[in-house]
Amino acid sequence: MKAALGCLILAAWARGADPLQQAPPSAAHLRNPWEGNERAWRAGSKLYARECAACHGPNRDGMEKAPALNRNNVSQAAPGALFWVLRNGSLYRGMPSFAHLPEPQRWQIITFLRKPR
Amino acid sequence: MCNSLAVRNWLTVVATLLFLPACRADEGPFFITYTHQMEEPGNLEIATKGVTGKPEDGRRFVGGSTEFEYGIKAWWTTEVYLDGQSTGSEGGLFTGYRWENRFRVLPREHWINPVLYIEFENINGANKSLLEIVNHDGKGDLLDPSDETRHEKKREIEAKLILSSHFKSWTIAENFIAEKNVKHEPYEFGYAAGVSRPIALAARPDRCNFCPENLQAGVEVYGGLGTHADFGLRGTSHYVAPLVAWTLANGTAFKISPSFGVTGASAGFLLRFGVSYEIAQFGRAARNLFHNFGGQR
Repeated sequence: MKAALGCLILAAWARGADPLQQAPPSAAHLRNPWEGNERAWRAGSKLYARECAACHGPNRDGMEKAPALNRNNVSQAAPGALFWVLRNGSLYRGMPSFAHLPEPQRWQIITFLRKPR
Repeated sequence: MCNSLAVRNWLTVVATLLFLPACRADEGPFFITYTHQMEEPGNLEIATKGVTGKPEDGRRFVGGSTEFEYGIKAWWTTEVYLDGQSTGSEGGLFTGYRWENRFRVLPREHWINPVLYIEFENINGANKSLLEIVNHDGKGDLLDPSDETRHEKKREIEAKLILSSHFKSWTIAENFIAEKNVKHEPYEFGYAAGVSRPIALAARPDRCNFCPENLQAGVEVYGGLGTHADFGLRGTSHYVAPLVAWTLANGTAFKISPSFGVTGASAGFLLRFGVSYEIAQFGRAARNLFHNFGGQR
C-alpha cells in the first residue's frame, strides 16, 4: 500500500516537475561540441524558429503552457541537461521528444538557447 | 444583419487558418512503417499519399489517401484518412475512411520505444491505397473490376505494435500488424520495418531548400504473414522499397518510393509518392478563433 502511494506521489511529482530538474546527474557531463560556434548559433536560431517557436514563442518568451526559454535557468543550465530534455521531452507536460532530430542539430539548438542576444 | 456577421466571422476563421504558421512536417520518409515519433500537441498535418502500379494482366491504377493528423497530447496522436482510387478506364471512386490512434507507452526515450496503434477502417473492396499488406494481400486483389469490388464492405479493426529507435541519427522501426474484420474471422497478420537517415546531420546556418540536411534516405520492407490458421510466409507478398524524402524550407515535405515485389504473389512494381504540410498550433488558433467567434454573438 505504501509502495503504491509512493509511486503515485512520484508520478504526480514527475508530471509537475521542471523537466530540467528531471535530467539525471550523468547528463551534466555531456559537452556541447558546438559551444560558442557562431555558425552553430545561427543554425540553432534557424532550427529554433522551425522546431520550437510555435510553442515557446519567436522571442523565447513562452506561450500558454510552454515556458519561456529566455530565462537564466535555461541559458545557465548544463548543456547536457538541455540535451536530455530535448531528447526525452516531457510528454505529460505537453513537450514532445525531439530525438528524431540528429544529435548535431539538437546541440545547435542548445548553442542558440545558451547564448541569448 | 445576422447573416453578414456570420459570413464575416467565417471569412475570418478561414483567413486566419490559411495564414497560420507552418512548421516542418516531421513525418519521416516512410510510407508504410510507423516510428514512435508523435505529432506535436496542437499541430495539424495534412498529407496525401499515393500509389500507382500496373499488375500483370491488370489495368494501371492510382490509389490515394488524404490524411489529417492531429496531436492531441504529446503521447497521443489521432489521424483520419479519406481513401480513393482510379483504375484504367473504370473511373475514380471514394473507397472509404480510416480513423487511427497512436499511444506512446513510455514517457522517456529508450533503446526501443513502443507505441500502441489502433485503427478502425470502413472501406470497400475497391480500396487500393495499400497502406498495409496483411494476410495474402497481393496482385490478385488488384485485378477485379472496381464496379464489383466496391460492393464488398470491409469494416475492420487493425492493431499494430510499433517499436522504434533513434540510434546515432539512424531511425530504425519495426511494426507488427494484426487485423480483423469486425464481423468474421480470420485474424490477419503482417509486418513492416524500415531504416532511414538524414543525408547531413548538422544544419546549415542559412535558410535553404536544397541543403542536404533537408534530405532523408532509407529503405523499408513490408509484407503479409497469413492468418491465425495459416501463419507464415507461404503464398504471401513482400516488398522492398528504397525511399527519399525532401523537406522545403517552408516545411512542405515530398517523398517518393519505388517498391519492388519480391515474391510471386506481389504486385511487381509500385511507385509511392506523398506530400505533407504541417500547420503549427492549429488547435490553439482554432480554439481562440471560436472563442472570439462565440464572444461576438
